[in-house]
Amino acid sequence: MLRARFLVPLAVLVVFGALVAVLGVGLTLDPREVPSPLINKPAPEFKLPELKHPDKTISNQDMLGKVWLLNVWASWCVSCREEHSTVLALARSGVVPVIGLNYKDERADGLGYLARLGDPYQAIGYDHDGRVGINFGVYGVPETYVIDKSGVIRYKCIGPVTPDILRKKILPLVKELNGNA
Amino acid sequence: MVPELGQFALVLALCIALVQSILPLVGAARGNAAWVAVARPAAQAQCLFIVFAFCCLTYAFVSNDFSVVYVAEHSNTDLPLAYRVAAVWGGHEGSLLLWTTMLGLWMFAVSIFSRSLPEEMVARVLGVMGMIAIGFLLFMLLTSDPFVRLLPAAANGRDLNPLLQDPGMVFHPPMLYMGYVGFSVAFAFSMAALIGGQLDATWARWSRPWTTIAWSVLTLGIALGSAWSYYVLGWGGWWFWDPVENASFMPWLVGTALIHSLAVTEKRGAFRSWTVFLAILAFSLSLLGTFLVRSGVLTSVHAFAVDPKRGVFILAFLTVVMGASFTLFAWRASKVGLGGRFAVVSRESMLLTNNALLLVAAGAVLLGTLYPLVLDALGLGKISVGPPYFDAVFVPLIAPALFLMGIGPLARWKKASLPDLALRLRWALAVSFAAAIIVPLVMGHWSTMVGFGILLATWITASCVVSFKAQLAHVPKGQLGTRLAQLPRSYYGMLLAHFGVAVFIVGVTLVKGYEVETDVRMDVGDIAHLNGYTFRFAGIDKVKGPNYTADRGTIVVTRGGEPVVTLHPEKRVYTVQNMPMTEAAIDAGFWRHLYVALGDSISPTSWIVRLYDKPFVSWIWGGCLLMGIGGLLAALDRRYRVKARAGTLQAAAAAGLNVAAAR
Amino acid sequence: MLKLLALLLALVLAGSALAKVAAPAYPDPALEKRAVALEQQLRCLVCQDETIADSQAELAKDLKKEIREKLKAGMSEEQIKQYLVARYGNFVLFKPPVMATTVPLWYGPFALLLAAVAGLFYYILRRRSAVAQPLSEAEQARVKALLDSSEERP
Repeated sequence: MLRARFLVPLAVLVVFGALVAVLGVGLTLDPREVPSPLINKPAPEFKLPELKHPDKTISNQDMLGKVWLLNVWASWCVSCREEHSTVLALARSGVVPVIGLNYKDERADGLGYLARLGDPYQAIGYDHDGRVGINFGVYGVPETYVIDKSGVIRYKCIGPVTPDILRKKILPLVKELNGNA
Repeated sequence: MVPELGQFALVLALCIALVQSILPLVGAARGNAAWVAVARPAAQAQCLFIVFAFCCLTYAFVSNDFSVVYVAEHSNTDLPLAYRVAAVWGGHEGSLLLWTTMLGLWMFAVSIFSRSLPEEMVARVLGVMGMIAIGFLLFMLLTSDPFVRLLPAAANGRDLNPLLQDPGMVFHPPMLYMGYVGFSVAFAFSMAALIGGQLDATWARWSRPWTTIAWSVLTLGIALGSAWSYYVLGWGGWWFWDPVENASFMPWLVGTALIHSLAVTEKRGAFRSWTVFLAILAFSLSLLGTFLVRSGVLTSVHAFAVDPKRGVFILAFLTVVMGASFTLFAWRASKVGLGGRFAVVSRESMLLTNNALLLVAAGAVLLGTLYPLVLDALGLGKISVGPPYFDAVFVPLIAPALFLMGIGPLARWKKASLPDLALRLRWALAVSFAAAIIVPLVMGHWSTMVGFGILLATWITASCVVSFKAQLAHVPKGQLGTRLAQLPRSYYGMLLAHFGVAVFIVGVTLVKGYEVETDVRMDVGDIAHLNGYTFRFAGIDKVKGPNYTADRGTIVVTRGGEPVVTLHPEKRVYTVQNMPMTEAAIDAGFWRHLYVALGDSISPTSWIVRLYDKPFVSWIWGGCLLMGIGGLLAALDRRYRVKARAGTLQAAAAAGLNVAAAR
Repeated sequence: MLKLLALLLALVLAGSALAKVAAPAYPDPALEKRAVALEQQLRCLVCQDETIADSQAELAKDLKKEIREKLKAGMSEEQIKQYLVARYGNFVLFKPPVMATTVPLWYGPFALLLAAVAGLFYYILRRRSAVAQPLSEAEQARVKALLDSSEERP
């Protein structure tokens, strides 16, 4: 009888404690962030006209055998400007090639943006209607993918690439995928 | 000057709250009458200061004082006056002040309408409420001060979110908060009972009207929110199982269980600890709701601007309140005796079953609301739990409780007889099945869901009729008017509230089963047909409002050649935030709503128009209104306002007897 | 004069008779209905509190287009949902799929119900044999006094 009396309050306490713990952890999380289901899956096939050279195409096949970054951006995207200098610095360092995906943009606007702010990209795919973006699960620009030598997505950065993320997540991963070369 | 006065008033209120929390509680424990007597004036003074602060903030809005950050973020000189006032609670800081103001007002009410209660009890109740006030005042002063200055002052404000520029904004939050905060009174009564050791039928009688009023007001508040979203959001939905809606629905479910449990405690002295537990749970869910809306832990259309620091504070406050109250409960509740016996089949057991079902339903809603967070916190992926889940899970859980609603009021206390009940209810059951078959066929086509809903609604109504006839038969012969007056208000309240549930079910079922819509492309002059109504697109004008420009359509509705109504749906663009808004036009009839909304425009004279015929949709909120009125009626029963004759009533109640005859 | 009026009247009448019935907003209402029903089950990832049906976001518009194209091409609702889940994860579905991690979610309420019913039975049946506290001598005397008194019921 005594044990039963304690059982219910104990159960309540346990549930309550678990609830508080979960809520506490929840405070550190971002409910709006949507993790990508494509991590460790092959990058979606795409073949797009290049932004700067409309008669040429860029495809994920071209990058097989290399570790590379796919950076999704647009001229109308304010946050993209935040990360642009970081991406430029990264591209200049030559550590990893960066392919751009100009998402739902007008060619003239995209070219103007690069002319004004600099062009870090080895090549840029022009995704006017956003279909390639949908295939990659893009929901908010800017987004950056790290893709390995066999074309598998290894990491997705949602939001602007900061020097911090670069240092802590992207660069070590690139190094690892390159075989610590 | 005024904002500073407001802030100072809050600081003073905090000091008074400290005094109010400590002195009366210590005084009640030590038998110090002077300290105990501090409770009432302290509560009243605190209320005054909080209300003053609220008035200061309102003044800042009305006078367009953009040197206050909060005003600059939520108002604008072009904003109409009514919405400038409503904007006071349009953001996080101001809505907290509204919460605290409601708390102050409830404290004030308790301090006045409690003359028949023993002073120690009042002292403890107000003391506990004072502690809650400390929490909220600290929260405001430390993390969410509405009076923070913006220097240099902004030239003009960012305007209130256009979605909130609506009469709904004027009424829904205050009503809702009144209900939420009202459960703090039930909570305080429970704490007072646990602390003082007096947990009996008399305590239940004191606590019951407060709880019932809080529940009624919460019902109305939720109904207002639902009605508001219905006419604002462009496709006529009325409930989305949004996390914040769930945050208000869970306390409501537990509150419903609570008022029914209080009935047993008052009448039979049973379920005492269970009632206390429910009161703690209801208020905890209120606080949890406050946390969920303001911490950024869940995505919701209702969520306020996010700041994890605020989230930490509320979580800490929630932990302290829940932890302390549940600990006190675990410690003291076991010392409370068992109360009256009752048979396996009796009104007590049915009410207990009702409670259990309501709690399971509330648990299911909590599970669904928090589950995405749990998975995310455990790193197990990210999912969404939305209406399909809740609809699938909630309805089967609540259906048995609804069925019991037809039996409970007729069952006797202590021991009821199933054969007797079956006999008395056989016609009710027959009528319910008949209606369940006839109504869907009359409405157009058979649907099992509709049949089931009508079955439940008719069952509840028929049972109310049976109960009423039986009760009236017990009243001695005389004029009908006098006989009707003999039945207590609480009984009428119960009948009305239960009937309200039936009306609600009818509304929900029939609109879901039989609403029709059509999307048409209309050029000026075109007509469209829907359900026997003819809609003619008479024209489109450009209109300028106080802080918006709009395209205003004119739709002339006729039926069989006879004019019905002329509707003016609008597509507005609010100038400051450059936000487009669809204002649907609704012909709100008793039997059906005609709902017209403008879609996209293909050309200046060619628009996509959405037309709906929604039968019985107003019964959804009509039912809620009846529930709320029923509750208020029950709370105004004469027996709550009769002064206890010194000693007699209390002694009898303490001895565990019924004072009022069992129904 | 009268002839002019008659002519005008005739024209007006003819004009109103020519008021045409509005065409459906979408060329294929049945497809539209299916599309909207599907959209109402999907979460917009940009305006995350809305369904794709309600959202005005660019991505929502693109996805609406995709959904219609795929329905026309003969894909079923289930297949389209899988298509979106493959790209955006389960977050995009308002009805969480039943999988290992959501078993407590889908079966929890039912388990709660069983537990509640079991608890009810246990409590009510045990309660049947529980005895209420008997009155003490003093209390019994008070009861007698009360019952014998001629005070009215309140």
